[in-house]
Amino acid sequence: MTLADMQFVTPDLRLAAAEIFISLMACLILLFDLLVKDRKRTATFVATQLTLVAAALITLATSSGEISYTFSNMYVGDLMGDLLKLLLYVTVLVVLFYSRGYILEREQMAKGEYYALALFATLGMMVMISANHFVIVYVGLELLSLSLYAMVAMNRDSVPATEAAMKYFVLGALASGLLLYGMSMIYGATGTLEITAVAERLYTGQVDRMILVFGLVFVVSGVAFKLGVVPFHMWIPDVYHGAPTAVTLFIASAPKLAAFAMLVRLMVNGMIVLAQDWQAMLILLAVLSMAIGNIAAIAQTNLKRMLAYSAISHMGFMLLGMVTGVVSGDARFALNAYSSSMFYVITYVLTSAGTFGMILLLARGGLESDEIDDFRGLNKRSPWFAGMMMMMMFSMAGIPFFVGFFAKFSVLQAVVAAGYLWLAIVAVAFSLIGCFYYLRVVKIMYFEQPVSPTPIEAPAQMKILLSANSLAVALLGIFPQALMSLCAFSLLRSL
Amino acid sequence: MSATPLLSLAIWVPILAGLVVLATGSDRNAPLARMLSLAGALAGLLVTIPLYTGFDLHTPAMQFVELKTWIPRFNVNYHLGVDGISMLFVILNSFITVTVVLAGWQVIDNKVAQYNAGFLIMSGLMNGIFSALDGLLFYVFFEASLIPLYLIIGVWGGPRRVYAAFKFFLFTLFGSLLFLIALLYLFIASGGSFSILDWHELPIGMTPQSWLFLAFLVAFAVKVPMWPVHTWLPDAHVEAPTGGSIVLAAIALKLGAYGFLRFSLPITPDASHAFAGLLVGLSLIAIIYIGFVALAQEDMKKLVAYSSIAHMGFVTLGFFLFTALGVEGALVQMISHGFVSGAMFFSIGVMYDRAHSRQIVDYGGVVNTMPKFAAFFMLFAMANAGLPATSGFVGEFMVILASVEHSFWVAFAAASTMIVGAAYTLWMYKRVVFGAVANHHVADLTDINGREFLIFVLFAVGALGMGLYPQPFTEVMHSSVNDLLRHVALSKIQ
Repeated sequence: MTLADMQFVTPDLRLAAAEIFISLMACLILLFDLLVKDRKRTATFVATQLTLVAAALITLATSSGEISYTFSNMYVGDLMGDLLKLLLYVTVLVVLFYSRGYILEREQMAKGEYYALALFATLGMMVMISANHFVIVYVGLELLSLSLYAMVAMNRDSVPATEAAMKYFVLGALASGLLLYGMSMIYGATGTLEITAVAERLYTGQVDRMILVFGLVFVVSGVAFKLGVVPFHMWIPDVYHGAPTAVTLFIASAPKLAAFAMLVRLMVNGMIVLAQDWQAMLILLAVLSMAIGNIAAIAQTNLKRMLAYSAISHMGFMLLGMVTGVVSGDARFALNAYSSSMFYVITYVLTSAGTFGMILLLARGGLESDEIDDFRGLNKRSPWFAGMMMMMMFSMAGIPFFVGFFAKFSVLQAVVAAGYLWLAIVAVAFSLIGCFYYLRVVKIMYFEQPVSPTPIEAPAQMKILLSANSLAVALLGIFPQALMSLCAFSLLRSL
Repeated sequence: MSATPLLSLAIWVPILAGLVVLATGSDRNAPLARMLSLAGALAGLLVTIPLYTGFDLHTPAMQFVELKTWIPRFNVNYHLGVDGISMLFVILNSFITVTVVLAGWQVIDNKVAQYNAGFLIMSGLMNGIFSALDGLLFYVFFEASLIPLYLIIGVWGGPRRVYAAFKFFLFTLFGSLLFLIALLYLFIASGGSFSILDWHELPIGMTPQSWLFLAFLVAFAVKVPMWPVHTWLPDAHVEAPTGGSIVLAAIALKLGAYGFLRFSLPITPDASHAFAGLLVGLSLIAIIYIGFVALAQEDMKKLVAYSSIAHMGFVTLGFFLFTALGVEGALVQMISHGFVSGAMFFSIGVMYDRAHSRQIVDYGGVVNTMPKFAAFFMLFAMANAGLPATSGFVGEFMVILASVEHSFWVAFAAASTMIVGAAYTLWMYKRVVFGAVANHHVADLTDINGREFLIFVLFAVGALGMGLYPQPFTEVMHSSVNDLLRHVALSKIQ
């Protein structure tokens, strides 16, 4: 075979333009930071934010709305991916904004590496979103995870943070191992790692089903770990609690978008034929997550830990949409179900970012403010931000007119449409239990007197952004249509 | 029919007024906040007047209809309209809001803007519940109205306010979550419609009808509240500030009863007939047993709270007799109860503001120091006991008449309330108002001022007007009630 026969095809770099740009910029910012003398690293911060804005513009410019593959079908560009990436940039941008004051007060975190790591994590999530190959999913996931481990440990003199990082790393490595093991079995059964090709082989039936289902169990476990659903949730409370709040905010927001994309790529794009099998597993995970997440959250006195358990229950609720796509071989409801899950994840990220942002707002002078009691009498100290926090709590509890209600509503209607009435009843029963601890936060803020009536001090831009974030929770609750349709449309064009 | 979106105004004028009041901020601007709230409440009442004057008596169809798409993805519409059943409640609610703002005028001096804004926003949401013709829109208003009341009880309430606020919120939420599933089921079963009017025509088999009926029952029975899910109400009433109690009794309890008429009866008529015995039984327990419970109370607010449950028992009893007289009697009772219980809670509030006690034993001989107050209190106590010529009599009498047609024993049991109700109300009145001045607290009481006098007059006009001349209230109901009963008589099983 001559060189000419090898058919070198130049990959279509346009599809990965944003990823290439972010990786270049992450490296450049790391180098550029060496030149920055300013202790506050303002230049690095601004450069990072501009990188995210530029990446958003690149994604917008290269988005074609068609499904197209590149890098020998290892990479896919579609509308769902583009939408999730755009939301990802916005989330990371907002998260870095919120974190700014917090990390400046901590010597070891106020470094350029923080921003570079955030960009690498973003890159990892983008790769996960656009992967059409099991190994590429894995590469993206590891890039994300390793950046996060480092970010959690960055405040290295803090014992809880170091412990959290260690726990996160050990359990995360285990989960990666599970995922990789599952992927190898799927390779063994189908002879390919390309997600669309796996789907084809499964469809035509040239597979060893025994090994395949075995592999599926491991893949589901790995994904469940990253989503943080029971019984793979152990790391969530410890990491959320132990990590510096700025990093908790990061972990609790953007990666949920990527984890959702991973779920769609692996389960829906790759193994929709096995839907009966993985749906059964996910139902179990969803119900357990809602149960344990909501019940354990009641016992928490630390807000970060409470929100960690609440995150577990929310991811369980989100899974309900994923398990109702295919009903006895009929995929009629798939679009409805998956888009409701997507809507749920997006609104959850929005609300979660705002809630942790509020904890950061209260944390001043290098002290944490993450106990529920730290919110005591907030209505006296700042009626405006108490109102904002209240809206977010009611949204998480699923009370209208806040967006959380419509997220729960759209998932529930998918569940009822698929004929799983019992599942819907279980879901609402646990949301009722969940309501209790969100109400408790409102109670602390409104019904009790503040310990010290000091008003809240924070930079104006932080206050404005946080207010905009909370008002978005309310406005999307009054006009949810646009985002719902956007989710449905992007999935319609991508599946 | 006018082109002005009257119902939208009835909903959004108070809510926007509430937001404006919130913007006045701290208590330094309290006088401004009060004036703005009163203006907002009056404007809210004003826009509902044309609903009555422009009402067409001869059609059972929905009037003042507004229809706009809201969430086309799920075929949810911003669909408003009122008929003879719901129209009066929109007006009653807007009226009560005015009295509540007045009632808190001097009493509430802590976070005045938030307090008044809470009531204004709640008023708008309640109007939304009564005028929503879209199932999801109804639900959204229904649940959202929990938030302001939760905060009002929790922030301005008594010593056990936290417990009461949580109990109130979680009890009602428990009911409404099953209701949401029922709505989703109907959405799927009707092929993707959230229109309540479409659901009225939807054929449903007996088994799903029964489940739907039970889901509705849980939601509405908690809200009414019916025995045995009534326990949240006395707690909520006792701990709530006076304004909160007035709204809770006068309006919030009506939501559950209204739900029976809008959802249970027309959507699941066969199941309604099948379960009618159960509902009549529960209603009678509420009337008799809760009546005796009221007799034993030592806290005046608790006593009136239990008497509210007994009165609401009449409402549910009237509904499930399936006769025009029964349903209209129940509706009259609902509106009358709005005036009378609101006034009773206000009366207790007037005494509490002065002597800071709600215990009956702490009073005695109030008539000596507060003669004007005693006169008004007398009137409302009589109305609460169902004395002829007051509004309390009309509704109860109509329901008892209707139950005679149904069964003598039901009527006999229901009529016993005339005795028990008179016993607990008048006995309390006697112990509190008559006799010698009991202690120096009572001796120090000052009689009602002009503001309180005005509120009493407003309530008295309602209670007496309706008792002496109920015609304007009942005539608007006729067509809608008859149409509803025609609907309930038709089986939906195919």
